[in-house]
Amino acid sequence: MALQLPREWRWRQERYRLIGGRCRRCGQAFFPHREICPRCLGEDVAKEQFSGRGRVYSYATVYKAPVGFEEYVPYVVALVQLEEGALVAAQLTDVDPTEVQIGMPVECVLRRWRTNGPDGNIIYGYKFRPRLES
Amino acid sequence: MAGSADVFAIGVGQVPVGEHWELSIRDLAVEAGRRALADAGLARVGAVYVGNMLAPTVNGQQHLGALVASWLGQRQAEAVTVEAACGSGGAALRQGYLSIRSGAHEAVLVLGVEKMTDCVNGTTTAALAMAADAEYEAGLGLSFVAINALLMRRYMYEFGVPRQAFARFAVLAHANALGNPMAMFRKEVSVAEYMRAPFVADPIGLLDSSPMADGAAAVVLASGELARSLGRGQVRVAGSAVATDYLALHDRLDPLDLVAVRVSTARALGQAGLSITDVSFFEPHDAFTVMAVLCLEACGFAGRGEACALAARGHFDRGGALPICTMGGLKARGHPVGATGVYQAVEAVLQLRQEAGACQVQGAKVGLIQNVGGSGATAITHVLVRE
Ligand SMILES: [Zn+2]
Repeated sequence: MALQLPREWRWRQERYRLIGGRCRRCGQAFFPHREICPRCLGEDVAKEQFSGRGRVYSYATVYKAPVGFEEYVPYVVALVQLEEGALVAAQLTDVDPTEVQIGMPVECVLRRWRTNGPDGNIIYGYKFRPRLES
Repeated sequence: MAGSADVFAIGVGQVPVGEHWELSIRDLAVEAGRRALADAGLARVGAVYVGNMLAPTVNGQQHLGALVASWLGQRQAEAVTVEAACGSGGAALRQGYLSIRSGAHEAVLVLGVEKMTDCVNGTTTAALAMAADAEYEAGLGLSFVAINALLMRRYMYEFGVPRQAFARFAVLAHANALGNPMAMFRKEVSVAEYMRAPFVADPIGLLDSSPMADGAAAVVLASGELARSLGRGQVRVAGSAVATDYLALHDRLDPLDLVAVRVSTARALGQAGLSITDVSFFEPHDAFTVMAVLCLEACGFAGRGEACALAARGHFDRGGALPICTMGGLKARGHPVGATGVYQAVEAVLQLRQEAGACQVQGAKVGLIQNVGGSGATAITHVLVRE
């Protein structure tokens, strides 16, 4: 799994700008972007850059990590429902696991995801951190 | 499908589920396959379908179709591997069914095999996460357990169900495994032990999770004509269906509604001309307690949010209205992922032949077995009936 640079680079729109899509027919927002709406199966969809603000839809605290994530244990993963309506799976950061609740307001930040081995590239991407209710 | 062949399960074989340090993936497969062929009284089959998920990553071996067929004395037979993550065994069963049903073969061997203990834990955990969306779930650090934990947390929130209510599914699975000599855990657990067990991914604890294990199971399928000539026409596969959904939870409009499970169940029962009230026992894909709950509700065996309450009343116990996990389920028989769907088929055949020993469901006539790939992205449902 050494040279994966093209693979990581290919996802820069989603990972660094949080670009998803919205269906012009039924209005459903989704992440990532795709050509066919997951709700109505319509093909009239447009790209959309999401605000990064949302709320925790569900969350879990990981104690047994897959290879590459051991150093972060325990860490919190979540499904975040963005203000635009789309769900995103992500890690939460800058947060104590015991303070997380469903409905908690969060915002998107850029953080390190993992390192691809000792000689590999460092992968960055979106995580979410708590934000004050506004 | 007028004119197409009926499909019978004429032989079964399995090895005990557990940590088989002395056996390789090939040894496990050959043992289960030989037992099934001997049970069927058949030396040769036209095709071998091998269900497996992890061999490429955990065992460094692809190409199991030809490997297993040749070592089983089936050189020259048609043989391929079938993969649908943790649903691989059920998917192989489906291919075997289609093969007989279409008339392509008179007899085939369906074999599920998994050898999970060839790697240390972190590697196996990462390999299991390949059942999820690599780019939008696993690559961010979501383990497969964590994905199921997201479902469980949301379920607890939406339906106001406390974590302790899920314990009943672990308790009943372990109680049922006591009578199954092939089960990994033949020991009862209590609600107190469930609550004390450490978290894997909170809210999923050790006793919510099925164990990693080695195992292999096999079923010989045959046409009605061949089955009757061998005196093995007792169990017919009356329905077989696969349905799919998005791999990633966040792509589903309602993550707690397992659409693929719902659809494949309706299709399989429809083919059999049966409804859920005809089902004598159900083998759900209880990889985690929350999956047992969501599958029961998606099938229609429980209303949404009600499965735990039914379980608390003994509804799903061996003597209850709908026995589930009759030989321990994934939780206590063990979950050698790519083999699990075939273990379910073996267990259903034993129940319907009245050969389930201490695990026997009295008067079992219709068995529903369901193997799920990922967190609901593939659902494979089969209906087996006693003739
Ligand atoms: Zn739409």
